[in-house]
Amino acid sequence: MAANGKSMSIIVTKGSLDWAYPPFILATTAAAMDLDVTLFFTFYGLTLLKKKLDLKVTTLGNAGMEMPMMGGHMVMPNLIGALPGMDAMATVMMKDLIKKKGVASIEDLREAAVDCGVRMIACQMTMDLFEYDKSDLIDGVEYAGAATYIETATQCDINLFI
Amino acid sequence: MSTVLDVKGLNCPLPILRTKKAMKDVAVDGVLEVLATDPGSVKDMEAFCKQTGNELLETAEAAGVYSFKIKRKA
Repeated sequence: MAANGKSMSIIVTKGSLDWAYPPFILATTAAAMDLDVTLFFTFYGLTLLKKKLDLKVTTLGNAGMEMPMMGGHMVMPNLIGALPGMDAMATVMMKDLIKKKGVASIEDLREAAVDCGVRMIACQMTMDLFEYDKSDLIDGVEYAGAATYIETATQCDINLFI
Repeated sequence: MSTVLDVKGLNCPLPILRTKKAMKDVAVDGVLEVLATDPGSVKDMEAFCKQTGNELLETAEAAGVYSFKIKRKA
Protein backbone atom coordinates (compact mmCIF):
# COMPACT_ATOMS: atom_id res chain seq x y z
CA MET A 1 0.00 0.00 0.00
CA ALA A 2 1.31 3.44 -0.93
CA ALA A 3 2.23 5.85 1.84
CA ASN A 4 -0.74 8.06 1.01
CA GLY A 5 -3.13 5.28 -0.01
CA LYS A 6 -3.48 6.64 -3.54
CA SER A 7 -3.00 4.66 -6.72
CA MET A 8 -2.94 4.91 -10.51
CA SER A 9 -3.28 2.50 -13.39
CA ILE A 10 -2.47 2.99 -17.07
CA ILE A 11 -3.36 0.80 -20.03
CA VAL A 12 -0.35 1.06 -22.38
CA THR A 13 -1.30 0.28 -25.98
CA LYS A 14 1.37 1.90 -28.13
CA GLY A 15 4.97 0.92 -28.75
CA SER A 16 6.58 3.76 -30.66
CA LEU A 17 9.31 5.99 -29.24
CA ASP A 18 7.04 9.03 -28.84
CA TRP A 19 4.11 7.14 -27.35
CA ALA A 20 6.38 5.33 -24.90
CA TYR A 21 7.04 8.54 -22.99
CA PRO A 22 3.67 9.42 -21.42
CA PRO A 23 3.13 6.10 -19.58
CA PHE A 24 6.68 5.88 -18.25
CA ILE A 25 6.86 9.56 -17.26
CA LEU A 26 3.54 9.37 -15.45
CA ALA A 27 4.31 6.02 -13.82
CA THR A 28 7.70 7.07 -12.44
CA THR A 29 6.42 10.45 -11.29
CA ALA A 30 3.37 8.96 -9.58
CA ALA A 31 5.58 6.41 -7.85
CA ALA A 32 7.87 9.25 -6.71
CA MET A 33 4.76 10.93 -5.29
CA ASP A 34 4.00 7.82 -3.23
CA LEU A 35 1.24 6.34 -5.38
CA ASP A 36 0.92 2.64 -6.09
CA VAL A 37 1.22 2.29 -9.87
CA THR A 38 0.10 -0.47 -12.22
CA LEU A 39 0.90 -0.52 -15.94
CA PHE A 40 -1.05 -2.92 -18.14
CA PHE A 41 0.77 -3.48 -21.45
CA THR A 42 -1.37 -4.68 -24.33
CA PHE A 43 -1.09 -4.89 -28.12
CA TYR A 44 1.83 -2.74 -29.40
CA GLY A 45 2.48 -1.51 -25.88
CA LEU A 46 3.92 -4.93 -25.12
CA THR A 47 7.06 -4.10 -27.13
CA LEU A 48 7.96 -1.65 -24.35
CA LEU A 49 8.64 -4.64 -22.08
CA LYS A 50 11.13 -6.31 -24.40
CA LYS A 51 14.60 -6.76 -22.92
CA LYS A 52 16.21 -4.94 -25.80
CA LEU A 53 14.28 -1.85 -26.80
CA ASP A 54 14.49 -0.63 -30.38
CA LEU A 55 11.83 2.07 -30.48
CA LYS A 56 11.12 4.16 -33.53
CA VAL A 57 9.07 7.18 -34.46
CA THR A 58 7.18 7.60 -37.71
CA THR A 59 5.89 10.61 -39.61
CA LEU A 60 3.13 8.49 -41.16
CA GLY A 61 -0.29 9.37 -39.83
CA ASN A 62 1.39 11.88 -37.51
CA ALA A 63 0.11 15.17 -38.91
CA GLY A 64 1.07 17.15 -35.80
CA MET A 65 4.75 16.25 -35.97
CA GLU A 66 7.09 19.22 -36.11
CA MET A 67 10.80 19.19 -35.44
CA PRO A 68 12.78 22.24 -34.34
CA MET A 69 15.20 23.15 -37.08
CA MET A 70 17.42 26.18 -37.62
CA GLY A 71 15.46 28.32 -35.21
CA GLY A 72 12.07 27.39 -36.67
CA HIS A 73 9.95 24.30 -36.95
CA MET A 74 9.91 21.89 -39.82
CA VAL A 75 6.62 20.14 -40.40
CA MET A 76 7.34 16.52 -41.19
CA PRO A 77 5.20 15.80 -44.27
CA ASN A 78 2.99 12.83 -43.64
CA LEU A 79 3.86 10.93 -46.80
CA ILE A 80 7.61 11.29 -46.34
CA GLY A 81 7.36 8.29 -44.00
CA ALA A 82 6.52 6.09 -46.96
CA LEU A 83 10.00 6.62 -48.38
CA PRO A 84 12.67 4.11 -47.37
CA GLY A 85 14.92 5.37 -44.60
CA MET A 86 12.71 8.30 -43.59
CA ASP A 87 11.48 6.74 -40.35
CA ALA A 88 15.05 5.86 -39.46
CA MET A 89 16.02 9.48 -40.06
CA ALA A 90 13.12 10.83 -38.01
CA THR A 91 14.07 8.42 -35.22
CA VAL A 92 17.69 9.57 -35.23
CA MET A 93 16.55 13.20 -35.15
CA MET A 94 14.22 12.51 -32.24
CA LYS A 95 16.81 10.59 -30.22
CA ASP A 96 19.31 13.37 -30.85
CA LEU A 97 16.85 15.97 -29.55
CA ILE A 98 16.04 13.84 -26.52
CA LYS A 99 19.69 13.67 -25.57
CA LYS A 100 20.32 17.35 -26.24
CA LYS A 101 17.38 18.52 -24.13
CA GLY A 102 18.18 16.47 -21.04
CA VAL A 103 15.15 14.22 -21.53
CA ALA A 104 15.52 10.75 -20.07
CA SER A 105 15.74 7.76 -22.40
CA ILE A 106 12.92 5.22 -22.30
CA GLU A 107 15.48 2.66 -21.09
CA ASP A 108 16.29 4.88 -18.09
CA LEU A 109 12.65 5.63 -17.30
CA ARG A 110 11.73 1.96 -17.48
CA GLU A 111 14.57 1.07 -15.17
CA ALA A 112 13.42 3.78 -12.76
CA ALA A 113 9.89 2.36 -12.91
CA VAL A 114 11.18 -1.11 -12.05
CA ASP A 115 13.33 0.30 -9.23
CA CYS A 116 10.44 2.09 -7.57
CA GLY A 117 8.20 -0.93 -7.64
CA VAL A 118 5.81 -0.08 -10.46
CA ARG A 119 3.69 -3.15 -11.07
CA MET A 120 3.85 -4.23 -14.71
CA ILE A 121 1.34 -6.59 -16.25
CA ALA A 122 1.78 -8.05 -19.73
CA CYS A 123 -1.43 -8.95 -21.53
CA GLN A 124 -1.39 -12.74 -21.90
CA MET A 125 -3.66 -12.61 -24.94
CA THR A 126 -1.23 -10.29 -26.77
CA MET A 127 1.65 -12.61 -25.80
CA ASP A 128 -0.18 -15.42 -27.62
CA LEU A 129 -1.40 -13.25 -30.49
CA PHE A 130 2.02 -11.86 -31.41
CA GLU A 131 3.89 -15.00 -30.35
CA TYR A 132 6.04 -13.41 -27.70
CA ASP A 133 7.96 -15.58 -25.31
CA LYS A 134 8.32 -14.67 -21.64
CA SER A 135 12.09 -14.83 -22.14
CA ASP A 136 11.77 -11.90 -24.60
CA LEU A 137 10.54 -9.63 -21.81
CA ILE A 138 12.23 -8.12 -18.78
CA ASP A 139 11.99 -9.91 -15.43
CA GLY A 140 9.41 -9.05 -12.81
CA VAL A 141 6.49 -8.82 -15.22
CA GLU A 142 3.12 -10.39 -14.33
CA TYR A 143 1.07 -12.16 -17.00
CA ALA A 144 -2.67 -11.67 -16.82
CA GLY A 145 -5.76 -10.48 -18.64
CA ALA A 146 -8.59 -7.98 -18.65
CA ALA A 147 -10.17 -9.19 -15.42
CA THR A 148 -6.96 -8.53 -13.50
CA TYR A 149 -6.81 -5.03 -14.93
CA ILE A 150 -10.46 -4.30 -14.11
CA GLU A 151 -10.06 -5.55 -10.57
CA THR A 152 -7.02 -3.29 -10.14
CA ALA A 153 -8.69 -0.30 -11.78
CA THR A 154 -11.67 -0.43 -9.43
CA GLN A 155 -9.20 0.25 -6.59
CA CYS A 156 -7.38 3.12 -8.30
CA ASP A 157 -7.85 6.88 -7.99
CA ILE A 158 -6.52 7.49 -11.51
CA ASN A 159 -7.08 5.22 -14.52
CA LEU A 160 -5.62 6.19 -17.89
CA PHE A 161 -5.55 4.72 -21.39
CA ILE A 162 -2.58 5.64 -23.54
CA MET B 1 23.00 21.57 7.48
CA SER B 2 21.49 20.99 4.06
CA THR B 3 22.24 18.63 1.21
CA VAL B 4 22.41 20.00 -2.32
CA LEU B 5 21.09 18.15 -5.37
CA ASP B 6 22.09 19.46 -8.79
CA VAL B 7 19.64 18.56 -11.57
CA LYS B 8 20.53 21.43 -13.88
CA GLY B 9 20.05 20.54 -17.55
CA LEU B 10 17.65 17.67 -16.80
CA ASN B 11 14.10 17.70 -18.06
CA CYS B 12 10.78 16.35 -16.79
CA PRO B 13 10.38 14.01 -14.97
CA LEU B 14 14.04 13.64 -13.95
CA PRO B 15 14.20 16.59 -11.49
CA ILE B 16 11.32 15.04 -9.50
CA LEU B 17 12.68 11.49 -9.70
CA ARG B 18 16.14 12.59 -8.53
CA THR B 19 14.60 14.69 -5.76
CA LYS B 20 12.61 11.73 -4.51
CA LYS B 21 15.73 9.57 -4.50
CA ALA B 22 17.80 12.21 -2.70
CA MET B 23 15.10 12.77 -0.06
CA LYS B 24 15.63 9.21 1.15
CA ASP B 25 19.10 10.18 2.37
CA VAL B 26 17.88 13.29 4.17
CA ALA B 27 17.04 12.94 7.86
CA VAL B 28 13.51 13.77 9.03
CA ASP B 29 13.35 17.57 9.50
CA GLY B 30 16.50 17.87 7.37
CA VAL B 31 16.55 20.15 4.32
CA LEU B 32 17.35 19.26 0.72
CA GLU B 33 18.26 22.05 -1.65
CA VAL B 34 17.54 21.29 -5.31
CA LEU B 35 19.06 23.29 -8.19
CA ALA B 36 17.24 23.00 -11.52
CA THR B 37 16.97 24.72 -14.89
CA ASP B 38 13.65 23.15 -15.94
CA PRO B 39 11.05 25.96 -15.73
CA GLY B 40 8.34 23.31 -15.27
CA SER B 41 9.94 22.27 -12.01
CA VAL B 42 8.55 25.38 -10.27
CA LYS B 43 5.00 24.07 -10.37
CA ASP B 44 6.08 20.43 -10.23
CA MET B 45 8.11 20.77 -7.06
CA GLU B 46 5.11 22.40 -5.39
CA ALA B 47 2.85 19.53 -6.47
CA PHE B 48 5.43 16.94 -5.45
CA CYS B 49 5.74 18.41 -1.96
CA LYS B 50 2.00 18.74 -1.54
CA GLN B 51 1.46 15.12 -2.48
CA THR B 52 4.35 13.64 -0.49
CA GLY B 53 3.79 15.77 2.61
CA ASN B 54 7.21 17.38 2.51
CA GLU B 55 7.46 21.10 3.11
CA LEU B 56 8.60 23.45 0.36
CA LEU B 57 10.32 26.13 2.44
CA GLU B 58 11.58 28.33 -0.35
CA THR B 59 11.63 28.74 -4.12
CA ALA B 60 14.05 31.15 -5.75
CA GLU B 61 15.38 31.92 -9.20
CA ALA B 62 18.68 33.48 -10.21
CA ALA B 63 20.15 33.61 -13.73
CA GLY B 64 17.93 30.82 -15.02
CA VAL B 65 18.61 28.48 -12.11
CA TYR B 66 15.75 27.60 -9.81
CA SER B 67 16.50 26.59 -6.27
CA PHE B 68 14.12 24.81 -3.97
CA LYS B 69 14.53 24.16 -0.27
CA ILE B 70 12.54 21.14 0.82
CA LYS B 71 12.15 19.99 4.41
CA ARG B 72 11.65 16.28 4.87
CA LYS B 73 8.59 15.61 6.98
CA ALA B 74 8.31 11.86 7.22
